[in-house]
Amino acid sequence: MAELNKLTIAELSEKLAAGDCTSVDIVNDVLASIDANDGNVGAYLTIDREDALEQARVADGRRAAGEKLPMLGIPVAIKDLLNVKGQPCTCSSKILEGYVAPYDATVISKLREAGAVLLGRVNMDEFAMGSSTENAALGKTSNPWNLDHVPGGSSGGSAACVAADEAIASLGSDTGGSIRQPAAFCGCVGVKPTYGRVSRYGLTAFASSLDQIGPLTKTVKDSAILLETLCGHDSMDSSSIEMEVPTFGKNLPSDTSLAGMKLGLPREYFVEGMDPEVEKSVRDAVEHCKSLGAEIVDVSLPNAKYAIAVYYIIATAEASANLARFDGIRYGMRLDGKDPAELYAKTRSAGFGQEVKRRIILGTYVLSSGYYDAYYKKAQKVRTLIRDDFKEAFKECDAILAPVTPTPAYKKGDKTDDPLKMYLDDILTTPINLAGNCALSLPCGFASNGMPIGLQIIGDDFQEETILKVGHAYEQSTEWHKQRPSL
Amino acid sequence: MKYEATIGLETHIMQKTNTKMFCGCKYEYGAEPNTHVCPTCLGYPGALPVMNEKAIELICKAGLLLGCEINPYSKWDRKNYFYPDMAKNYQITQADEPICLGGEVTVEVEGEMKTFTLERIHQEENAAKNTHVAGASLVDYNRAGTALMEIVSDPCMSSAEDALAYMAYVKQIMQYGGISNCDQEKGQMRSDVNVSVRPVGQKELGAKVEIKNMNSFAFIKEAIEYEIDRQTNLLESGGTVVQETRGYNPDRGETFSQRTKENAHDYRYFPEPDLMPVKVSTEQIEQWRSELPELPAQRRERYVSDLGLPEYDAGVLTADKAMADYFEETMKHTKNAKAVSNFIMGEMLRLLSEQNLNISDSKVTPEKLAEIISLIDAKTINTGGGKQIFEILFTEGGEPAAIMEAKGLAQVSDDSALEGWADEAIANNPKPVEEYKAGNPASINFLMGQVMKASRGKANPGAVMQMLKQKLDG
Repeated sequence: MAELNKLTIAELSEKLAAGDCTSVDIVNDVLASIDANDGNVGAYLTIDREDALEQARVADGRRAAGEKLPMLGIPVAIKDLLNVKGQPCTCSSKILEGYVAPYDATVISKLREAGAVLLGRVNMDEFAMGSSTENAALGKTSNPWNLDHVPGGSSGGSAACVAADEAIASLGSDTGGSIRQPAAFCGCVGVKPTYGRVSRYGLTAFASSLDQIGPLTKTVKDSAILLETLCGHDSMDSSSIEMEVPTFGKNLPSDTSLAGMKLGLPREYFVEGMDPEVEKSVRDAVEHCKSLGAEIVDVSLPNAKYAIAVYYIIATAEASANLARFDGIRYGMRLDGKDPAELYAKTRSAGFGQEVKRRIILGTYVLSSGYYDAYYKKAQKVRTLIRDDFKEAFKECDAILAPVTPTPAYKKGDKTDDPLKMYLDDILTTPINLAGNCALSLPCGFASNGMPIGLQIIGDDFQEETILKVGHAYEQSTEWHKQRPSL
Repeated sequence: MKYEATIGLETHIMQKTNTKMFCGCKYEYGAEPNTHVCPTCLGYPGALPVMNEKAIELICKAGLLLGCEINPYSKWDRKNYFYPDMAKNYQITQADEPICLGGEVTVEVEGEMKTFTLERIHQEENAAKNTHVAGASLVDYNRAGTALMEIVSDPCMSSAEDALAYMAYVKQIMQYGGISNCDQEKGQMRSDVNVSVRPVGQKELGAKVEIKNMNSFAFIKEAIEYEIDRQTNLLESGGTVVQETRGYNPDRGETFSQRTKENAHDYRYFPEPDLMPVKVSTEQIEQWRSELPELPAQRRERYVSDLGLPEYDAGVLTADKAMADYFEETMKHTKNAKAVSNFIMGEMLRLLSEQNLNISDSKVTPEKLAEIISLIDAKTINTGGGKQIFEILFTEGGEPAAIMEAKGLAQVSDDSALEGWADEAIANNPKPVEEYKAGNPASINFLMGQVMKASRGKANPGAVMQMLKQKLDG
C-alpha cells in the first residue's frame, strides 16, 4: 500500500500532477486509514464514502481536462459546525441531531471550486465550547499520540484526524484558540486567520466577533496552500474584508533564513503555572529562530492577563443570542409543550449539554439590565486595550513568538470537573481573537511523556504571510513535524 | 381636579424595498406561506445578515421628509426575546444609535395648526406572521425580515384627534415620498400608542400605558379615548394607574391588560456583531435630499398660484399622492386645470368609491380624460356628453372619440335643427315665455331645458341660448 494518506498537500499535488496517483487512490488510502484507526481515535462523526469517492472521480476528471489547482483532488475533513449542503451539521450537539444543512458555507463553495474532496465531518466540543473535545455530545475523540489524552478543542476532531493521517488536511474554527490549541496538542499546524480574512457565512456561530475558520495541516506550507483557498471577500458576510489575497503557498521562500526579521517575545506570556517542558521547548524555539538570523526583541502585552475574563464575557454574551435560534421550531430536536415557552424549555434543556448551558446562562447574565455596564461594556473597553497592546508591540517587531498552551495535552477527565481550570488553558490564545489579528501554531518539541508541544507565532492584522514565512523557516530547519504517532 | 392626557406614538412602517432587510428574499403580500424564505430569514445555523442599502435610502428620505437629522454614524443591535415570530429569537434593530434623530411635523387638528415632535426613526426587521388555529400555531416567515422602520414621536399629543391627524399626515408623507404604501390592511403601517394621564399642572407624566400593535385609525381612536377615560376615572376615584402593556379589543371597545412592568421583557440589547455600523456621508444625504418629491403642501400651493385652482380643489387633489400624480399627468395633455379637477373630484371619485377602486385601477387614463376635455373645449360635445363618455370609459374602456360616434354625442350647433326645437319649445310653453317677456330672465332656462331634452342632450347649449334670446327678444 502506497499510504498516500501519510503525505502532505504539497507532495500529493506533485504526485497528482505527475500522474503518479489519482484522487480516488488518495481517498481510498484515507478511508483505509480511517477504517484502521478511527475506532480508537474517534475523529469522525459522519462520513459518506460513496460521496467522497464520487467527488474524487470528479476531481480526477477535472485534472484530466487540464485543471491544475493546488487543492484539486485533496481530501479535507470538515469540522461539524460548517454547513455542507445535504450533509448533517450537528455541532456535536443533540439539539441538531437530524438537521441536514440546506446550503453550503462560503468556505465549502470555495473548496468545491478548488476541487477539494469534502471527506467527512469531524468531532468537536459542542458548539465549539470547550478545550478538550470532551464536551462533545455525539462522539468521543482521543489524542492520536496517546489515546488516554485529550486531542484539545474545540477543533479536536480536526486536529486528531490530521495527526492520525486520517485526512490530508482539515478545517477548524478558532474563537478563543480552538484551532491552535488542538493543533499544538496533536502535533500539527493550525492557523487562526485575521478576523475578516475568511468568510464566516455558513459557520454555525459561537461568538460572531471572534470566530474565524482556518486550516489544520501537517506542514506550514500545506496551511498556506489551504488558507489561500479559504480567503477572500464574501458579499454574504459583512465582516469579511475587501482585500486582495496573497498567494500564500507560492510566496513561501525556499530558504530558511530569518535575517532581517524582528521577533518579539512577550514577557507576560510565560505565565505562572506553565509546564517547565513547554517553557523550555518554546525558549529553545526562540533560540533556534535567532540562529536562523532573527533578532529577538522584548515586547509587552500588559493587558493580556485580562483576556480570559474579557473573553468569557464577550463570547458568552454573543453565544447567548447566537444559540437562541436552536428552539425546536424550525429544525433539529423538538420536545413539544403546551405553549412555546414550554416547548423551548423542554427542547433546550434536553438538547444542550452542561457546558453550553453554563455559557448561555453566563452570557444572558452579563447582558442583563443592570449588569450590562459592569460586565459587557467594561469587557469591550478592555478588549480595546488588549488590541492596543498588540498594535504597540507590532511597532517593535514583525511577529511575536509565544507558547500556545500552558501545558501539553492532558489526560481525559483531568479538567472536566473544573470548568474554570479549563478556561484558563485559553490564556495564551484568546488575546489574539479579542484583538482580531492572526496566529499560527506548529510543533516545537515533545514533553517527556511523548505529547507534542506547540509554538505560537502571532502576526499583526493581515500579516498571515509573515507568520507563515517564520513558521515555514522554523519547520523546515527542524524535525518535529516529521514525527508521527504510532497507532 | 382636571386631568390631561399625554400621548406618544411608535409607528411601524414597512418600506417599499424589493427585497428583505438582511437577505435577498423578496416580499410579496398574500404569497403562498413560507415561499419567500432563505437560511438567513429562517435563522438557520451559520446564515448571516447583509444590510439592504435601498432600505437605508428610504429611511433617510423618510427622515428628511419629517425634518429629522440624519445620523452620520448609526449602528445595529440585537433585541433578544423568544417567540416563534422571530426566527433567530432576536431582532436586529437600532437601540442607542438610530439613523434618524429628532424631526417635527405641523398638521391641522380641528382647524388649529399644531406641531408634533419626533424622538427618532430607526430601522429594524419585521417579524413573521403567526396564525393560531385549533390546537396549533402556524408561522409564515414570508414577512420575517422585511424592512420595517419605527417612527417614534415624543409624548407630545393630548387627544385622539391629535394622534389621528399626526398619523394621517405621516401616512400621506410616506406615500408621497415613495417610502411605503402604508396599506394598513396589509399591515404596512401599525402603531403602538402610549397613553398617560396626569392632573393639569403636574409636571411629571403619569404612569405610561402602552397599547400594542394597532393598524386601523378608527380602532386607535377608540382605544385612546377608552384609555384616557379609564385612567381618568381611576385617578378620580383615588386609584393609581399601573404602568403596563395593554391590548385593544375592538369587539368590546375596551383595552385589556397584557403585561405589567414587573413582567416586562429584559431585551438584553447589545451591538450586533454580524453587521458593520452604517455611515452616511453629507454628500449622500444631499443627493437624497435633492431627490425628494414635492410635498402635498407645496403642491397645493402651486395648484392655486400657478394653475389658478380654488383652494378647495387643490386640497382635495393633493390629499392622495396617486390622485395628484394623475391630475398632473392629465395636465401634460391639456391646459384646462379646472375641467380636469372637476372631472376628478366629480365623476372619478364617485365611480371609484362606488366600485371600491383606486385611481390607479381606472380605465380612464390621463390621456383619455384630456381627450374628453379637449372635445368639450372644442365644443364638439357638451359637458353632459363628456360625463357620459367618462362613465362608459370607466366601466367598459374604449376610445373617447369612438364612444362619441357610437353614442351620437356630437353636439348639434346646426341652426335649422336648433330653430325647429326652439320654435317647438316656445309654441308649447306659453307661460314661461310670458314670464320671460314680463322681465323674469330665469324663465328662459326652462325653455332651454326643453330644447336640450328634444335634442337628447346633443344641442350646443350656448347656441340654443343665443337662438332663444334672439327669438324672444326679437
